[in-house]
Amino acid sequence: MGTVLTVKNINVYYGAIHAIKGVSFDVDRGEIVTLIGANGAGKSTTLHTVSGLLRSKTGDIEFLGESIAHTAAHKIVSKGISHVPEGRRIFQGLTVEENLQMGAFVTKKDRIEPNLEYVYEQFPRLKERTKQIAGTLSGGEQQMLAMGRALMSDPELLMLDEPSMGLAPILVDQIFEIIQNLNKAGTTILLVEQNAQMALSVADRAYVIETGKIALSGTGEELAKSDEVRKAYLGG
Amino acid sequence: MNLLSNLISGLSLGSVYAIIALGYTMVYGISKMLNFAHGDVIMIGGYISFVMTVYLGMNGWVGLLIAIVTCTCLGVLIERLAYRPLRGTGSLAVLITAIGVSYFLQNVALLIWGANPKMFTSLFDGVKALRLAGGKLVVSPESLFTIAANIIVMIVLTLFVNKTKAGKAMRAVSEDNGAAQLMGINVNQSISLTFAIGSGLAAVAGVLMCSAYPVLTPTTGSMPGIKAFTAAVFGGIGSIPGAMIGGLILGIIEIFARAYVSTELADAIVFACLIIVLLVKPTGLLGKKVSEKV
Repeated sequence: MGTVLTVKNINVYYGAIHAIKGVSFDVDRGEIVTLIGANGAGKSTTLHTVSGLLRSKTGDIEFLGESIAHTAAHKIVSKGISHVPEGRRIFQGLTVEENLQMGAFVTKKDRIEPNLEYVYEQFPRLKERTKQIAGTLSGGEQQMLAMGRALMSDPELLMLDEPSMGLAPILVDQIFEIIQNLNKAGTTILLVEQNAQMALSVADRAYVIETGKIALSGTGEELAKSDEVRKAYLGG
Repeated sequence: MNLLSNLISGLSLGSVYAIIALGYTMVYGISKMLNFAHGDVIMIGGYISFVMTVYLGMNGWVGLLIAIVTCTCLGVLIERLAYRPLRGTGSLAVLITAIGVSYFLQNVALLIWGANPKMFTSLFDGVKALRLAGGKLVVSPESLFTIAANIIVMIVLTLFVNKTKAGKAMRAVSEDNGAAQLMGINVNQSISLTFAIGSGLAAVAGVLMCSAYPVLTPTTGSMPGIKAFTAAVFGGIGSIPGAMIGGLILGIIEIFARAYVSTELADAIVFACLIIVLLVKPTGLLGKKVSEKV
């Protein structure tokens, strides 16, 4: 199997605020790993640090055995990490197709067409709306577009930040089904969620982040049964 | 006939404003900064072309080409040395720096070329004016070419931004810098390219403007720079068609105000129109409503 991502003792600051305090975790090939925790615990900050938009003052981040802690954000994508940021952050003024093209910005030319077909296969809704301005899509469609855009670079590791946010329950189920399908098709997934129940139900392993530190870790099943997690995140 | 002739003058002046405004609007779109040194790049373009043609005796078109190349490099250099180190430090620092760069360029020009106005030789020296309607309507080659140049620039730029990979990347960076980096887009490269295009266009505007109004001083770029900035805001800053429409409208208002109201009041009327537009539609004519990200 092998380890895809290793995060070792990272410390991230926003000015004077110490947001991430010595976080370490790893993700193995083929896994779905989830980071759960309350709002503001540091889940998104962790993902931003892995994708290079934020920097850690200490420690190291290794992807496929290579340190990426000092690699520029725009170079990390081509190494095989795709990040679907919180709030989707699709390019509102661009069409669906153009958004997907941006996702393939560093993809080899001969891979673009097959990747596009794969994305349309996973998200048939997007295919019906190729020429539509992305900002006019519904919330669920925007989430699909953000995920499709991230898949255009054929990532080894897909990082999803709050994919269920603001979506109706039926859409949440749909999105999680797609996440599991992508995982079965070979993509390793690092999932950040506030919807702990949903996240734990699909995850192989999970880490609980509290105020910038890893408080607990274990398999999805173990954590779902743990009293602490039940009280704090699963509503008793 | 008089009205038509004024309209053509207005379109021609407006075309110069539009070409300059494109530089403001594209740079604002991508890096959310107002590059107040943009007007002075126009002036440098004028001087470079002046040196090439008058001092070195080159053909005007070759001079224009050299001015474009020089200003393109100058724009990239300004961004690299003055603005990039300040990225992420807040807009006030960048704004003050831009004003500093503006004075710096003016003083460099003063040092090299002195304060005495230079007489610029028109790109169309010796080309006869077009006489229409039995000689009642005279269209200068400067006007004709400026209007044509503006249309060409508009078409090429629109195609570039909508059809090419680099152009789409520029739009993506304009919308969301962080998300663009997550796509693998090199944001620094996109911003450099924007400065390069804007500054190259500034050189074109400089030479066209000096061809129509052939007096060149170190402050030549200031007023057109400010008016073009007004045009960009008028049309909706960040919007390429907005800059075009804003520039044209501003040019026409200015010429009409000069012809029918008062030469002295022309500038006041232009800026009054800006204020009215902003009162009615704060985002400008074609501006999008931007929700501030927290």
